[in-house]
Amino acid sequence: MIGVVDYRAGNAPSVGYALARLGIEHQLVTTPDQIAAAERIILPGVGAAKATLASLGESELIDSLATKVVTDRAPFLGICIGLQVLFDHSEEGNTPCLGWIPGQVKQFPLTARVPQIGWNSVQLRRDHPVTADFPDGGHCYFVNSYYAAPADTADVLGSTEYELDFCSIAAHDNIVATQFHAEKSGPLGLSLLRAFAGWDPQC
Amino acid sequence: MLTKRLIACFDVVDGRVTKAQQFQDNIDVAPAEDLAQQLYEDQIDEIVFYDITASAQKRKIDLDTVRRVAQHVFVPFTVGGGIRSVEDMFAVLKAGAEKISIDSMAVRNPSIIREGAEAFGRQCVVLSTQVKHVGVSAGLPSGYEVFIDGAREATGLDALDWVRRGEDLGAGEIVVNSIDRDGTASGYDLEITSAVADAVNVPVIASGGAGNVDHIVDGVTTGGAQAAIISSILYSPRFERNPSVRELKTALSERGVPVRPYLDA
Repeated sequence: MIGVVDYRAGNAPSVGYALARLGIEHQLVTTPDQIAAAERIILPGVGAAKATLASLGESELIDSLATKVVTDRAPFLGICIGLQVLFDHSEEGNTPCLGWIPGQVKQFPLTARVPQIGWNSVQLRRDHPVTADFPDGGHCYFVNSYYAAPADTADVLGSTEYELDFCSIAAHDNIVATQFHAEKSGPLGLSLLRAFAGWDPQC
Repeated sequence: MLTKRLIACFDVVDGRVTKAQQFQDNIDVAPAEDLAQQLYEDQIDEIVFYDITASAQKRKIDLDTVRRVAQHVFVPFTVGGGIRSVEDMFAVLKAGAEKISIDSMAVRNPSIIREGAEAFGRQCVVLSTQVKHVGVSAGLPSGYEVFIDGAREATGLDALDWVRRGEDLGAGEIVVNSIDRDGTASGYDLEITSAVADAVNVPVIASGGAGNVDHIVDGVTTGGAQAAIISSILYSPRFERNPSVRELKTALSERGVPVRPYLDA
């Protein structure tokens, strides 16, 4: 069963609708016990890093997420802000983040029109089971003013160009995360969710 | 490369899509969820859904319809109409919408833009504007005035002053909806669209008047818009023939406009 983390600032229902369409067993989870009971976790997100972490903190979910993902190494998918909060630090509101993937979250250059909103192409940088069916250069739906810069380029699974080349899919051990909204990226996004649901990071 | 978006716009009354001309004479087209699903399957990039009578009737937006659309449509989906508070926004987002569009309410209570952006992030807050060419005057240096309530009420606000203020307050996108061109199929008002695109740094969406592919091309090139709202061309019975999204994208691509490519199943 996939636990979709449902906190005030998130869009868990949209992710739930996408999983329902795919016939994938899931539950919107709001408590530490529900997170502990899930086999894998999706952390959806919209909005700002600080508000997201505050919202997760208020619900007392951060410790249970860390146990599940970092200690127990359950398969984890972060989406949008759910990607950005995984890194060490975000320039957005000068926010210390979870630090599960080494790296920084930076603001797009001032020359860019922000937020970036729309469909942009994703170039795959290496092979990974979650992107096995994803066509190189496929278009996904982005909404972001900040982007992640992993310290280790091996953590960049996909990259996208907007003023500069940025990490649009990160992968690190049992963690995968997309800067784009997989749940709103049409058939390509749905295929990625399906692949995540069947992924065994131990293989 | 970021592509230009084609956004289907629905004016919804009692769960059904209707089509108006210059904000009047609505005719019935189809149930919103059916048309949304059909356009999703035809690979529309995005859908905007205005509950157009919610605001005038002072009632809440129809969340059941929002929920049913969200269950079938896996592209971004914006909802507007009848939103008066952050709690209203929260309900619509939890029903499955990605973004909230605010229009007349933002003019009446501009702080709702900031409250929405603080609560959900600026990318959730779309400022939709109804603008009309009225000629340059002392209070209206752009020559375009903002109207509200289905283009019925003049506000005295200059269009460019208003969009700059909206961006400052936290709007993440601006829709420039030309009252003069709405439903006329005579093309977007490129003058005000490009002026808004120059005035703000957030994405700008051209709206009102698209009747053919050339109009869409003009909107995202000369008009400087990042996205084009289309409605009549897609589904109005007043059109002799409604092209598919696929045909529109192929034609846009042939004219050099970057679009999300159509995926063959």
